[in-house]
Amino acid sequence: MSLIEITEVRKAFGDNEVLKGINLNVEPGEVIAIIGKSGSGKSTLLRCINGLETINAGSIAVAGAQLLPDELHLRALRLKVGMIFQQFNLFPHLTVGGNVMVSQTVVKKTAKDQAEGMARKMLDRVGLGHKFDAYPDELSGGQQQRVAIARALAMEPIALLCDEITSALDPELVQEVLAVVRELAAEGMTLIMVTHEMKFARDVCSRVVFMHQGRVHEIGPPEEVFSNPQTAELKQFLGML
Amino acid sequence: MSDFSTWDIIRNLLLAARWTVVLSLVSFIGGGVLGVILLFLRIGKFAGACAFARYYVELFQGTPLLMQLFLAFFGLGLFGIDVPAWLAAGLALIFWSAAFLMEIWRGCVDAIAKGQWEASASLGMGYFQQIRYIILPQAIRIAVPPTVGFSVQVVKGTALTSIIGFVELSKAGTIVTNATFQPFTVYGFVALIYFALCWPLSKSAQVLERKLNVAHRNH
Ligand SMILES: Nc1ncnc2c1ncn2[C@@H]1O[C@H](COP(=O)(O)OP(=O)(O)OP(=O)(O)O)[C@@H](O)[C@H]1O
Ligand SMILES: [Mg+2]
Repeated sequence: MSLIEITEVRKAFGDNEVLKGINLNVEPGEVIAIIGKSGSGKSTLLRCINGLETINAGSIAVAGAQLLPDELHLRALRLKVGMIFQQFNLFPHLTVGGNVMVSQTVVKKTAKDQAEGMARKMLDRVGLGHKFDAYPDELSGGQQQRVAIARALAMEPIALLCDEITSALDPELVQEVLAVVRELAAEGMTLIMVTHEMKFARDVCSRVVFMHQGRVHEIGPPEEVFSNPQTAELKQFLGML
Repeated sequence: MSDFSTWDIIRNLLLAARWTVVLSLVSFIGGGVLGVILLFLRIGKFAGACAFARYYVELFQGTPLLMQLFLAFFGLGLFGIDVPAWLAAGLALIFWSAAFLMEIWRGCVDAIAKGQWEASASLGMGYFQQIRYIILPQAIRIAVPPTVGFSVQVVKGTALTSIIGFVELSKAGTIVTNATFQPFTVYGFVALIYFALCWPLSKSAQVLERKLNVAHRNH
């Protein structure tokens, strides 16, 4: 049984069918890169896995539990699968430490000192232990994104979804975030990431998914997908045509 | 021609101004409580409740406060319910304030970026936890200045209740004018007293706005 099983998933916004039957099984510890043109449905797929969008048909199962659209099931799912956003989405009214603690104390009812211990540990892990008392708007974009990663990690998810997490960053800040992700991958975290960082995908990912017009158009290990694309669409996307 | 001294005029007006203050406080606080209830109906997940809150606001924002006062005062009288002026004034102003406060606050909740809802949801928070720990703390911060600013409208709104016979500052002004035949002096003082009530409020709304803006940048 795979960790994440996506079967024949369809999603439409009104008449616009964005996902047209997606199949994808992710094994524990895999790092999946999703690539594809703008509008091909990459973000929508990630958002469906996290329950931020409800699917119209098909099924998604995480660690054997079906994704159902009621709040109880959704919350159970989200404890297993964390999500990192392009725009960081830190809580501006809370300190860095508060950002990492709030979901632990509110959702898991963790005692405050325990939550703080966990927050410090996770912030150290992303190299920001010294920013515990700072506010998000006092940090650089790269630092904010690393806090967002620490915040998701503090919930001890079994998988992380990352939607273009370096796209909103200045070029010189991209590497510090990718370094954190690389470390997570090395530690065996299951990752599904939408990315435009092809070099990173080639180095770190176990499989690459090329999405085109709402379908998984091509899938395989990075060396195959990047060096030996099978379809004209992927060749064009990679700039080989 | 009358034995009203200036001091008598001021004393009578100040006595009546107490009722302006009381009515303002009752309207603002009552409207605030009702406004919070309406706000939760409006941003909640029940379509029927949400529609009710929306129509409520449209009704009370779409008709003049004066008509609402008339309806509360004379309308209920038609049904044989004898409504004293203070009650009609209080009720109408509470309902009216609630509609405006709810709209102000809804705007503040809406101003919170969608990403805040999504990030808190993705961390496993339920709807009420999102509201309590993520959305409201941010919304309240931006809601304070316009809310204080609206209190000025409430104070001025109380002047209308003079028309249904509630004796507050404006009505007292009319009564005193009728006794003294010095409309310019009397209404001059009336205006001064209103100004003394409203100016600190609008000033503090401004100061709060500046303070909270700075606070938002530097904490
Ligand atoms: N909430 C929504 N309502 C209506 N249409 C939407 C919504 N979200 C996405 N779409 C549409 O779904 C399609 C796919 O969007 P999606 O964001 O998944 O693409 P993407 O592959 O992530 O693109 P990008 O690389 O630009 O982020 C687009 O045509 C978009 O307009
Ligand atoms: Mg996208």
